[in-house]
Amino acid sequence: MTTLILAEHDGKTLNEATAKALTAAKALGAPVHILVAGHEVGAIAAAAAKLDGVAKVLSADAESLAHQLAEPFSALLVSLAGNYDAIVAPATSTGKNTLPRVAALLDVMQVSEVSKVIAPDTFERPIYAGNAIETVQASGKLVLTIRISAFTATGEGGNAPIEALAVPADDGRSRWLGAELSASVRPELAGARIVVSGGRALGSAEKFDEVLAPLADKLNAAIGASRAAVDAGYAANDMQVGQTGKVVAPELYIAIGISGAIQHLAGMKDSRIVVAINKDADAPIFQVADFGLVGDLFTLVPALVKALD
Amino acid sequence: MTEPREEMEFDVVIVGAGPSGLAAAIRLKQLSPDLSVLIVEKGAEVGSHIISGAVIDPSGLDELIPDWRERETPIKTAVTDDRFVWLTEKSAFPLPNFIMPPLMSNHGNYIVSLANVCKWLATEAEALGVDIYPGFAGAELLVEDGVVVGVATGDMGIEKSGQPGPNFARGMALKGKYVLLAEGVRGSLTKRAIAEFGLAKESDFQKYGIGFKEIWQVADANHRPGLVQHTLGWPLQDTVGGGSYIYHLEDNQVAIGFVVHLNYKNPYLSPFDEFQRLKTHPAIKGTFEGAKRLSYGARAISEGGYQSIPKLAFPGGALIGDAAGFVNLPRIKGSHNAVLSGIVTAEHVAAALAAGRSGDTLADLDAALRAGAIGKDLHKVRNVKPLLSRFGTLFGMGLAGFDMWCNTLFGASLFGTLRHGKPDHATLEPAALHQPIDYPKRDGMLTFDRLSSVFISGTNHEENQPPHLHVADLALQKASELDVFAGPSTRYCPAGVYEWVDGSYVINAQNCVHCKTCDIKDPNQNIDWVPPEGGGGPNYVNM
Amino acid sequence: MKILVPVKRVVDANVKIRVKPDGSGVDTANVKMSMNPFDENAIEEALRLREAGTATEVVIVTVGSEKSAETLRAGLAMGADRAIHVKTDAPRIEPLAVAKVLKAVIASEAPDLVILGKQAIDDDSNQTGQMLSALLGWPQATFASKIVIGTGSMDVTREIDGGLETLRLMLPAVVTADLRLNEPRYASLPNIMKAKKKPLDETSPETLGVDIAPRLTVLKTTEPAGRTAGIIVASAEELAAKLKQAGVL
Ligand SMILES: Cc1cc2nc3c(=O)[nH]c(=O)nc-3n(C[C@H](O)[C@H](O)[C@H](O)COP(=O)(O)OP(=O)(O)OC[C@H]3O[C@@H](n4cnc5c(N)ncnc54)[C@H](O)[C@@H]3O)c2cc1C
Ligand SMILES: Cc1cc2nc3c(=O)[nH]c(=O)nc-3n(C[C@H](O)[C@H](O)[C@H](O)COP(=O)(O)OP(=O)(O)OC[C@H]3O[C@@H](n4cnc5c(N)ncnc54)[C@H](O)[C@@H]3O)c2cc1C
Ligand code: SF4
Repeated sequence: MTTLILAEHDGKTLNEATAKALTAAKALGAPVHILVAGHEVGAIAAAAAKLDGVAKVLSADAESLAHQLAEPFSALLVSLAGNYDAIVAPATSTGKNTLPRVAALLDVMQVSEVSKVIAPDTFERPIYAGNAIETVQASGKLVLTIRISAFTATGEGGNAPIEALAVPADDGRSRWLGAELSASVRPELAGARIVVSGGRALGSAEKFDEVLAPLADKLNAAIGASRAAVDAGYAANDMQVGQTGKVVAPELYIAIGISGAIQHLAGMKDSRIVVAINKDADAPIFQVADFGLVGDLFTLVPALVKALD
Repeated sequence: MTEPREEMEFDVVIVGAGPSGLAAAIRLKQLSPDLSVLIVEKGAEVGSHIISGAVIDPSGLDELIPDWRERETPIKTAVTDDRFVWLTEKSAFPLPNFIMPPLMSNHGNYIVSLANVCKWLATEAEALGVDIYPGFAGAELLVEDGVVVGVATGDMGIEKSGQPGPNFARGMALKGKYVLLAEGVRGSLTKRAIAEFGLAKESDFQKYGIGFKEIWQVADANHRPGLVQHTLGWPLQDTVGGGSYIYHLEDNQVAIGFVVHLNYKNPYLSPFDEFQRLKTHPAIKGTFEGAKRLSYGARAISEGGYQSIPKLAFPGGALIGDAAGFVNLPRIKGSHNAVLSGIVTAEHVAAALAAGRSGDTLADLDAALRAGAIGKDLHKVRNVKPLLSRFGTLFGMGLAGFDMWCNTLFGASLFGTLRHGKPDHATLEPAALHQPIDYPKRDGMLTFDRLSSVFISGTNHEENQPPHLHVADLALQKASELDVFAGPSTRYCPAGVYEWVDGSYVINAQNCVHCKTCDIKDPNQNIDWVPPEGGGGPNYVNM
Repeated sequence: MKILVPVKRVVDANVKIRVKPDGSGVDTANVKMSMNPFDENAIEEALRLREAGTATEVVIVTVGSEKSAETLRAGLAMGADRAIHVKTDAPRIEPLAVAKVLKAVIASEAPDLVILGKQAIDDDSNQTGQMLSALLGWPQATFASKIVIGTGSMDVTREIDGGLETLRLMLPAVVTADLRLNEPRYASLPNIMKAKKKPLDETSPETLGVDIAPRLTVLKTTEPAGRTAGIIVASAEELAAKLKQAGVL
C-alpha cells in the first residue's frame, strides 16, 4: 500500500509542483515515495527527501533520462509499478506527457487533473475547462495527475532515505534535439505562478506598461489583459485572459482596473487567490476577489509595489 | 476580394432556415421532388439564431405536414390555461377570458421551442433532398439586369484590417432561378431588395419591437405545463408599448419574455432593464424562486401588420415570413404565417418552374397572400398597433379590443385602416426633454446585467474580422446619437455592443446577438447591420 | 506516407454547458456539437503535409455514436480523403478504450503517422495520444506546435512549461496537436458538398475485438463551487501583508 510520485524538476531544482502533488498523494492515506528521474539529480533527490512525510526517495540517474522523455520515463515507472498501488504526478507538461503511457501499459484508466481527493479511490476533477466537476471512482491500481493550482505545497520537515535505482535501457526511437526556453524575462501567461492583469482603466498602451510592469517585475509575474484593453490597443492580443483568450489558474491573480465581466472571469476563476484593484466598489470583480482594494489604480499600484519591498 | 467567385446553380435558393424558409423548401420538394433547393443559414446550426416565444398556432404545420401529430416532433405541450393580466407596480389584475377577443385566444395552440421545431423541420427537409448549409450567410444579393439571379455567401478569413488573412476563402455565388428571402425580421438582403425594387413604396413603413426571452429551469412547485400568461402595463409607462409573456413548457422549463415597441420616445429608456425589472413584480417573481436561468436572447419583431406588408414578389424572387412582416401583433405570433407564406410562395415558384419560367416576377403572389389566410389573419388586427401608438397602452388596448370584437362580430372596423405615425428611428426625442431613468441594481439571482446575459446566449464571433456593424458617419454619431440623444444605443442594444468611452464610440461587435435593433432604432439610420462571418452570433439552445 | 487523424465529436466550444441538476452529467440535448478544436489542428497539419507532397493520404477516424458521422463529414469537408467510423452507442468511451480501438484500426490501416488533438475539450483528459503511443510502442510527441518530416524520422517542436523543445522521432510515430500548430482552414461550400460523396467506412469495437467498457465510475457531475467575495483591505500596505500571510508571494 504505497504511493509513488514522479517528481517535477528542471534538471537543477525540485519544482514546487512536486510538493503540491505530495499534498494530494498524502490524502490517499498510504506511505509516499518520490521518484526523481533525470541525469545528475542528486541535489534534487536531496531536496525531495526533505519534504514532510516522504517515506523514501528513489533516484534514477541516467543520461537517457536527462531530457525527461516520455518513453524512458514511462518505462521506468512501469518497471516500478509492481510495488505501488498509486502512481501520481503533477499535471505539468512532463506529468501529462508521461503518465497516460504508464496507465495504458498497466491497462488502467488514468484520472487526469485531480482537484480534490474525496476518498482513496474517489476524486474530483474539472471537465469542460472547469465548467463542471466530475466525481470519479477508480478501481485497481491508481494513475493520477494532480491539478497543481488546487493543492497547497507540503512544507519541509522530513529526512527520507534516498535509494538509487537501476534504469532500464531505452530503445532510442525518440531523441531530444534542443529546447528553447522563453527568452523573455517574464514567465509565459499560461503557466505563470502569478499574473498581473490590466483592464481598460489603464487608458493607454504607455500607461498599461508603465503601471503594470514594475509590479510584474517585482512579483516575477506574467502580464495579462482584458478584452477591452486589448481592443483599445493597450495590450497585445495574446495577452487576453478570458472566454476567448487564455484560461489561466495561477496562484495569484491581480486584476487591475478590470470590471470583472463574466467573460473575463471565465479565464481566471480557478486562480487560487484573486486580488482586485478598482475604483468602483460595486464592480463585479469584487464578488470573486479574496482581497479587494477600492481606489485609483494609478496611486494604489505604485503604492503596492513599494509595500512589497 | 474582387476575385471572381465560384458559382453553383440551383432551381431555388433560399436565404434563412427559419420556419418560412424551411416550409418553402419542404413544399417545393413535395410538389416537385426533382428540384434542386438550397438553403443557406448564417447560424452555426439550424435553430442557433432562432428565438421566439413561442406559442405556435399549428395552422401552418397542418397544411405543410398534415400528419405531424403522428410524427416524432418537439411539439409536446398543448396550451391548457391562457391568462391575460394587467400589472400595476404592486398588483396584478387578471382580465376575465370572456372579454378577450377570440382573435387572441390560444386554444389549440402549442408551447414550443421554435428553434427545436426548426431543427425538426430541417431534418424533414433534408429527408426530401433539400440541401441546407448552416454557417453560411447570404452576404450579397446578386442582381443582373434588374433581376435577382442569386446570392453570394460571405468571404471568410478577412482580418480586422479588412485584408484577406492566410485562411481567406472567397464566398460563393449561389445562383437560383428564383431566390426566396426568408431572413426573418429586418433581413439584411431583404433591406437591399426592398430598396432596389422599391417594394415598400406603396405600403406603410414597417414598425418593430424588441423582444427578449429567457428560459428558466423552475422548481416543481412553480411549474404549470401548458400555462400561458401575458401581461401589459407595469413596468412600462402607459406611453411606451409592450408587454410580457410567460410560457410553461415541458421539463420544468419556463420561458419569460418581454416585448418593447421600438417607437418609444425617451432615449434613456432601456428595454433590457425594463425586462429585468418586470421579473421583480410580486405576481411574477414567485415563479422564479429557487430557479436557474438557462439562456437569454433578443430579437426584433415586426409589428407593422397588414398596412406595412411590402410588395412581396420581385424579379427573380420573393420575400417570405417575417422578412415581409407577417406577425400578428396582438397574438404575438408570426410563425404560422411564416410557414403559410413559405407554402404559398413555394406553390407559385413550383408552378412557374414547371412552366419553364425563371427570373420573372411572380405576378399573382401578392394577391394570393393578401386574399388568403395570412391576409385575413392580419387584416382583422390591423388597427391594434396604430391605436396603441396613439392612445397609449391602457386606452389603446381598450379600443383595440373593441375593434377586434367588431372585426370578429361584424367583419368590419369602425376605424377603417389606420396609418402608422412615424418610423421607429424617428420617434426618439432629444435627451434634454427627458430625465435619465434610475433602474434598480441587478441582484444576480433574478435580475442580471447585459454581459452575463450575453454569456449564456453562447454568442461569439471570430475576433479577427472587420466589425459587421457599419456606422456610416462617426462624426454624426457623436454629434447626434451622443450629444443630442445621450447614446441610446448603449441602452437599446441587448448585448452591450455599443459603448461611449470618453467621447469615442466603441463597438464590441463580438457581443452581437443579431437582433437588428440598432439597424432599426438608430435615430439617424446611421448603423447598417451586415452579416458577419458565417457561424458567428448566438448559439441559442432550446430558444 | 499515410496519416491517420482520430477526431472526436464534442460540445461546441461556444456553448455554455449546463450541468444537469440531478448530477447525472452535462446536458447535451439540442446542443451544438462540433469537432474537437485540437483535432481540427491535427487534420489541418495532415492536409498541409499532403499538399506539400509529403503525405499521400489522410484518413480520419472516430469512435462514437451514429451522430459522430457528422464530425467525420466535417473532416472530409476540410479535405481528408476518407473516413472510418467505429460505431458504438456506449455513452462513455474512455481514452484507454479509444486508444485500444485506434490500435486495432492501425493494425489494418498501417499509417506512418498518427496525429491526434492534444486533448478533448469535453473530458479534458489529455490521454489518448500518449496511451496510443505506449500501446503501439511508437515514439510520441505531445503538444506539437511545429512538425518537420525527414526521411524515416520527423522533428517535432513541443510546447512545454516555460518554452519549447524539439524532439526527433523515428517513424511511425504518434503526435498530438496544440492550437499553435496551425490555423485550421474553413470548409468551403463546394467541399462540404463533395464530402457527402467521400468514402466513409463503418466498423465497430466488437468487430475490431476491443472491449470498451469503462474502467472509471462517474459518481456525479456537479457545477463548480462559485468563488465568494473575500475582504476589502484598506491600503496597499495591508494588501501586501495579506498576500505574504497567504503565502503566495
Ligand atoms: C463573446 C465574448 C467574449 C469575450 N471574451 C472576453 C475575454 O476573453 N476576456 C475579457 O477580458 N473580456 C471578454 N469579453 C468582454 C467582457 O464582456 C468585458 O467587456 C471586458 O472584460 C471588460 O474589460 P474591462 O473590465 O477592462 O473594461 P471595463 O468594463 O470598461 O472596466 C474598467 C474597470 O476599471 C475601473 N476603473 C476605471 N478607472 C479606474 C481607476 N483609475 N482606478 C481603478 N479602477 C478604475 C472601472 O471601475 C471598471 O470597473 C468578451 C465578451 C463577449 C461577448
Ligand atoms: C421575442 C419573440 C417572441 C415571439 N413569440 C412568438 C410566438 O409565441 N408565436 C409565434 O408564432 N411567433 C412568435 N414570434 C414571431 C416568430 O418568431 C416569427 O414570426 C418567426 O420566427 C418568423 O419566421 P421566419 O422564418 O420568417 O424568420 P426567422 O424565424 O427570423 O428565421 C430567419 C432565419 O434566417 C437566418 N438569416 C437571416 N439573415 C440571413 C442571411 N443574410 N444569411 C443567412 N441566413 C440568414 C436567421 O439566422 C434565421 O435562422 C416571436 C418573435 C419574437 C422576437
Ligand atoms: S449590435 Fe445591433 S443587432 Fe447586434 S445585438 Fe446590438 S442592437 Fe442587436
